[in-house]
Amino acid sequence: MMRLPWFRHHAPDTLAEAARILAGEGPNAMLIAGGTDLLPNMKRRHQSPSALISLARVEGLKNISNGSGGNGEMRLGAGLTLSDVVHCAAVREKYAGLYQAAAQVATTHLRNMGTLGGNLCLDTRCNYYNQNYEWRKAIDFCMKKDGDICWVATASKRCVAVSSTDTAPALIALGAKVRLFSATGEREVTVADLYNNDGMDYLTRRPDEILTSVLLPAASGWNSSYWKLRRRGAFDFPVLGVAAAVKTASDGTVEEARIALGAVASRPFLVEKAGGLLVGKALTDDAIAEAGALVASRAKPMDNADLDIYWRKGVVSSFVGYALREIRGDDMRVTRLRIARHAL
Amino acid sequence: MNAVVEARRNVRVTLRVNGEQTEVLFAPYKTLLEVLREEMNLTGTKHGCELGECGACAVLLDGVPVLSCLVLAIECEGRSIETVEGLARGSELHPLQAAFADLGGTQCGYCTPGILMTAKALLDKEPDPGRERIREAISGNLCRCTGYLQIYESIEEGARRMREEAK
Ligand SMILES: Cc1cc2nc3c(=O)[nH]c(=O)nc-3n(C[C@H](O)[C@H](O)[C@H](O)COP(=O)(O)OP(=O)(O)OC[C@H]3O[C@@H](n4cnc5c(N)ncnc54)[C@H](O)[C@@H]3O)c2cc1C
Ligand code: SF4
Ligand code: FES
Ligand code: FES
Repeated sequence: MMRLPWFRHHAPDTLAEAARILAGEGPNAMLIAGGTDLLPNMKRRHQSPSALISLARVEGLKNISNGSGGNGEMRLGAGLTLSDVVHCAAVREKYAGLYQAAAQVATTHLRNMGTLGGNLCLDTRCNYYNQNYEWRKAIDFCMKKDGDICWVATASKRCVAVSSTDTAPALIALGAKVRLFSATGEREVTVADLYNNDGMDYLTRRPDEILTSVLLPAASGWNSSYWKLRRRGAFDFPVLGVAAAVKTASDGTVEEARIALGAVASRPFLVEKAGGLLVGKALTDDAIAEAGALVASRAKPMDNADLDIYWRKGVVSSFVGYALREIRGDDMRVTRLRIARHAL
Repeated sequence: MNAVVEARRNVRVTLRVNGEQTEVLFAPYKTLLEVLREEMNLTGTKHGCELGECGACAVLLDGVPVLSCLVLAIECEGRSIETVEGLARGSELHPLQAAFADLGGTQCGYCTPGILMTAKALLDKEPDPGRERIREAISGNLCRCTGYLQIYESIEEGARRMREEAK
């Protein structure tokens, strides 16, 4: 048995209480939501928090408000499970990219447990890190935990572990924001700004902040899509995630577009110029190919995850094509079944 | 109100497993899988990877399939826990179990408890699911013996027998 280390356990009922305890316990404490990322990590001694503050009983974190402000926005509580997100009809209808991302996370059991907030705060991953203590000790620890060298890029001053969250690129393409709550106040940042391109210090969230909800902008005129590369049709983390969201006029001209990448850097990111390239054009095969080439040039996968890196880089433009063609209205069901191994 | 459990001290928690309330004493770092197997001697739930990567440890928490290796037992107070031991009715097998035995849905048997519980949750909600739904529901349960085909067939046959019974 891989036992968890000892910790103090708090189970507050309210957000204010949770924030107060988190601030009081200091940076060695951690929040636990579904535990599907944190507990395996604690078993492997990646994290050994002095205290766990459970969000399971905290009121209000599972709320969904759909356009209640009259502006068409939607707010999803960070404590919703990924299954809750997948089964939310309004998400499927208005934010297909988010639905497709959530539905491809891990497995049905893990989606029943894992939360949206936990998915956004997921630890970065690396083949030299996601191993048990003895394995890591045997090859000598790396700088992300207990050591001082990076085994992937030995000359690198920073850890290049991979951001492996599926929902973050989808939410970045959708232009979503997150709300962060602490004992000293509350703030909103875009999902893109929640991340640093650093495998160790990967979040801009302060240790005393709790992610409470995700705010999705009005969806009218927008279509979105998410495509994930992984070895198996279940279980596996992404080794590439491509998310796109496009707003088109009634004649099919692109008014606004965003393309985001996941699992090819230490953070999920918006490919700045790709959107601009599409604006004012129709989504023709040529325009799609041009966007695909640009996005592919920004993908820098590292040799620390599953599958061959040259191949992972080589398929980026195809995946951009799948996403944009799905948005254009092409029937992508056969391709989807081949890539995802189930209908989405 | 905040409920605090101090480190390095055992906790006494009342767990409701298969409809029966039991007071259990355990270290607060223990997972539900560890408490079921080690404190309660319910060894039907299997211990596989311990990291969420196999589904052998699946149980139902408030009717929903979860991985007991990634659930803290202290967070289960007041919730309904169902394990494979609760399936049989006295000496009679549950129709799903009987179908697995009859159709070769189980070979070494290590994945079976997790799959039975996952299938039960599906059939409680959808008495007549198609093959696709079954595939999706148990996509988090690895089986290294059967090649899955007999498992799908056993679940379909179990579902048929359960519908028959319900008539
Ligand atoms: C076998 C396996 C396969 C997986 N496959 C995938 C996959 O394909 N794609 C994918 O994206 N993920 C995958 N995961 C990871 C994980 O299951 C999901 O990312 C899940 O959504 C994490 O949510 P959680 O609630 O369980 O997080 P937890 O484990 O509870 O927390 C994760 C981290 O986030 C922090 N945190 C949690 N909630 C908050 C909050 N509200 N505010 C601030 N910080 C918070 C925690 O402190 C911790 O650092 C997989 C996991 C396993 C075990
Ligand atoms: S990228 Fe380098 S430092 Fe980071 S986890 Fe992997 S081996 Fe360690
Ligand atoms: S033992 Fe829990 S998923 Fe493998
Ligand atoms: S019967 Fe042996 S693992 Fe499934």
